[in-house]
Amino acid sequence: MSKPRILVVEDEADIRHFIRLSLEREDMTVFEAGDAMQARIDAASRQPQLVIVDLGLPDGDGKTFIRQLRGWSTAPVIVLSARDHEQEKVDALEAGADDYLVKPFGVPELVARVRAQLRRASIVAGDGVAPSALVFGAVRVDLATYVVTRDGEPVHLTPIEFRLLAALSRGHGKVLTYRQLLLDVWGPGYADRPHYVRVYMANLRQKLEDDPARPQYLMTELQVGYRLAGLGKGS
Amino acid sequence: MTSDRRPDPDQLLEAITGEFKRQAGGRLRIFFGACAGVGKTYAMLQAAHRQQESGVHVCVGVVETHDRAPISRLLDGLPQLPARGLPHQSPSPQEFDLDGALALHPDLVLIDELAHANAPGSRHGRRWQDVEELLRAGISVYTTLNVQQLESLNDVVGDITGIRVREVVPDQCFDAAHDVVLVDLSPEDLLHRLEDGEIYPPAAAQQARNHFFRKGNLVSLRELALRRLADRVSVDVRAYRNHHAIDGVWPTDERLLVCVRADVAHEKLIREGSRLAQRLRADWMVVHVDESRRSRHPLEREALLRLAKLAESLGAEFLSIPGEHVADALLECVRTRNATRLVLGHREARWRSPWRKSLARVIAEANPEVGLILLQPSPPSAIPRKRISRPSVGAKALLLSLLACGLTTFVAALLLRVFDLSNVVMLFLLTVVLVALRWGKAAGALAALVSVASFDFFFVPPILSFHVSDTQYIFTFVLMLVVALVTGQLAARLRSEATLATAGERRATALARVARDLSAAMTTEQIVAVCTDTIAPMFASRGALMLPDLDGRIPNDAAFDAGVAQWVYEHVQPAGHGKSTLASADAEYLPLKAPLRTRGVLALRAEGQASAAEPDDRRLLDACCALIALALERIHFVDVARDTLVRMEGERLRHTLLAAVSHDLKTPLTAIRGMAETLETMEGLSRDERDLLARSIHQQADALHRLVVNLLDLARMQSDGVRLNLEWHAVSEIVGSALASLGTTLGDRRVHVDLPADLPLVELDANPFERVLVNLLDNAAKYTPAEATIWIRAMAMGDTMYLCIDDDGPGLPSGSQPEALFEPFTRGVKESSITGVGLGLALCRSIVAAHGGTIEAMPLMPRGARFEIRLPIGKQPEVESEMLP
Repeated sequence: MSKPRILVVEDEADIRHFIRLSLEREDMTVFEAGDAMQARIDAASRQPQLVIVDLGLPDGDGKTFIRQLRGWSTAPVIVLSARDHEQEKVDALEAGADDYLVKPFGVPELVARVRAQLRRASIVAGDGVAPSALVFGAVRVDLATYVVTRDGEPVHLTPIEFRLLAALSRGHGKVLTYRQLLLDVWGPGYADRPHYVRVYMANLRQKLEDDPARPQYLMTELQVGYRLAGLGKGS
Repeated sequence: MTSDRRPDPDQLLEAITGEFKRQAGGRLRIFFGACAGVGKTYAMLQAAHRQQESGVHVCVGVVETHDRAPISRLLDGLPQLPARGLPHQSPSPQEFDLDGALALHPDLVLIDELAHANAPGSRHGRRWQDVEELLRAGISVYTTLNVQQLESLNDVVGDITGIRVREVVPDQCFDAAHDVVLVDLSPEDLLHRLEDGEIYPPAAAQQARNHFFRKGNLVSLRELALRRLADRVSVDVRAYRNHHAIDGVWPTDERLLVCVRADVAHEKLIREGSRLAQRLRADWMVVHVDESRRSRHPLEREALLRLAKLAESLGAEFLSIPGEHVADALLECVRTRNATRLVLGHREARWRSPWRKSLARVIAEANPEVGLILLQPSPPSAIPRKRISRPSVGAKALLLSLLACGLTTFVAALLLRVFDLSNVVMLFLLTVVLVALRWGKAAGALAALVSVASFDFFFVPPILSFHVSDTQYIFTFVLMLVVALVTGQLAARLRSEATLATAGERRATALARVARDLSAAMTTEQIVAVCTDTIAPMFASRGALMLPDLDGRIPNDAAFDAGVAQWVYEHVQPAGHGKSTLASADAEYLPLKAPLRTRGVLALRAEGQASAAEPDDRRLLDACCALIALALERIHFVDVARDTLVRMEGERLRHTLLAAVSHDLKTPLTAIRGMAETLETMEGLSRDERDLLARSIHQQADALHRLVVNLLDLARMQSDGVRLNLEWHAVSEIVGSALASLGTTLGDRRVHVDLPADLPLVELDANPFERVLVNLLDNAAKYTPAEATIWIRAMAMGDTMYLCIDDDGPGLPSGSQPEALFEPFTRGVKESSITGVGLGLALCRSIVAAHGGTIEAMPLMPRGARFEIRLPIGKQPEVESEMLP
């Protein structure tokens, strides 16, 4: 398999530089773009397998770029954003981004997210068929038979709990906003009731996590949504 | 020039300020003539043409052509302001469009007929008021005026010509004009013009000739106009002399006092006084002595109001002073006001008793210095005039006093069976006293007469006859009559003084109450309440205080007209009902003028009978307005002072913050920079040493990040207040998120999380609340040894959620109150190497408080510290229960 091609769109040269160094050490090819214009050209010509976009670009809005990119590419997009702009993150995710990183972020976290997104892309695009079973930690979810086991023991989930888990696993590690989850699991009438998701997520964590207060897999993205981490392909 | 011919500095100053005033506003030029047809309009238009040729922006406001060809020809070359169309008005004489002229703002506006009365519904009642507003706006005006339209000459002209003009202009307006141009035509030429049909159409001309345009009239009018102008010119000359240090004319310091009774006939005194004052160049005032208020007849009140209005329009101050004795009150006024001349209506003597001195004599004897001018108040004129009869004391009172006498006679007849006749006389005297006390002087006098008659008729032999057999009784009658009259008058005066005092006291009490309420008011709302609840009811009105916003606009009000209020606010003049401006409004609007500026407008709408018409009530209302304005100004300055204090406090806080922050920012920055340079330059560092340096840089950067985040949060909370994005959250998620974001900061410390699975949801803003937990955990990490244990516990009890962060470290700093930890810039250990401005806990407290909760620090036994957050749980949101399969 050839080296993954990563496009980094960021106006700050130092940040671009250390992202490049970190990713190249992970054996990836990195292209840099300083503004949205350059990013569009590179995205089209280099065919990157993953794009890292800063939301605040000198010549335009990162969200607009994501929306344009989504018109013709399914490559995962990781957004870089400042901490206190929750709505911006939500907007970017709903525009088509897959994950986000809050500045300042560490190198290990960046690499982990990039790897997770690449793996997810390969699962989704790799064999063309969605896998019928998923594994995270000791939990195995069979999407076809609705059977969930933890350490081999069956776990009883209510229909909504199962639909929520299924929605998260379909995301394959993508951050799903409250709105996306509410629309997917409950339907359009519930889009403004985020506490529904919180109540059911708490139930799921009680049933599936070792330490519900410090979850390993059912991750909270505060004020944004949820993400299922550590997902592997069911055997 | 010698030094004593130097002009008086005060006069110079006055002249200079006068110049200033003239320059600031527009200039008024009046084309003044003896009567219609002398060619004023023609002269005005010619002058306007000359102005236009020299580049002045001239605009015709309103000019009546009366179908005269020369005028129309002259009008052709001048731009016209469109006449204002009034709704529901028949095509009447043109109305001047004031707002149009103000909006267009030309240099010069031509307005014919200064004395014209505007159509109802206009802003001002009179055209000269429109002109004044134009002048104030800096627009110059050319206008025309006939001599009989001058207020002070109105009656004289009326007497001469037999025709009374109702549209008049106050003399102030005439005197304040920058220049007056006399347009003169000899009576012969005028009559020629009239005959040639140049003034009126032939039919009307004939009628005019028989009435107004008689030669005698024209000569008199011309003389009046010339004389009035000569007066004006002499004033101008004097002003010029003052200005140019020409000596020889001494400024007079005459002061004229005109004393009037509440009778329209006294209008003449006021006009005469005005002319006199003008000739003397004296300050003058009109005074009315209010003898007794009880018996004031509505007609009297109306007359007084008319007199006051006339006096004010002629430029006098109108005073209504209370007093039982006219002479005493007048003398007091003469003394306090330094009057040099006193004008009195001379009409006594006819019914004064010979031993009582006339008013003029009393005054002349008491104060010989004052110059007395006696005038006959009711003028011998052919003009029918609405004479006001002396108010009748009340037929009812007289009837009742007769009844009382009848009753007394009846009782006396009964008593006579027991008592002696001489004792029964006393009963009649008692009746007279009681009647006088109850119904006043006239009733008392009547009772005295009737009593004597009745005593004679019924009780003195021969009974049932006015004949008296015993001459002894004649003496009894005389004595009885005198005693009855004197005691009756005394009693009546007692009563009237008592009423006088009561009325005065009522006002004084009311004013004192208003003053007390206003001085107690600490907020504008309280002043508004005083206005609507205390002041308005005093005048039997509904009231509102209309205050301008920051841009000086008066906001709309449901009950009152904000447009009128705005005008009043801007022009600092009263308007509305009963005023000369915007009289069509149904409420009156009074400006609240404080020493520094106008603070607002008081609007009053009378309920039922018109109120505040009496001069005393007016004065009370004026005093109330002044008090409100002062109170508003006081509160304004209190607010200013408080704002300054708050700003100073904020400034102080910022300084402290800046000092603390710069220390706490520099420490990690220095460390990061030093370590990075070490990595960069030091050769041969071992791998372990390099790792250690890199990790330290990482940690310092994290600490710096948290500090910056805290600072930003604090700044945001201070700048836009705490705006929470409240949603229902599970506490466990926020705890998890906080733990995740702390990452490696907690090091090897054990963290036990104990959260019951059935914890209710709490309504909070997740991000700031996560900050609270991060700060508390960060503190726990900072102030405990590396092997410490941290517990995070939560439980719900009743409607409160308890969230505790415990540690087994060294505990809270000894010697300080736990609450003090939450003050900004407080740290357990001063100037330690541990960074953090002491903002963390202060921020925690503000965030928790914004959520309606509390946070407390407490020591744990045997060691450690606990930070306990209490949050209200509130009503849980609805979550549709799932149909279980």
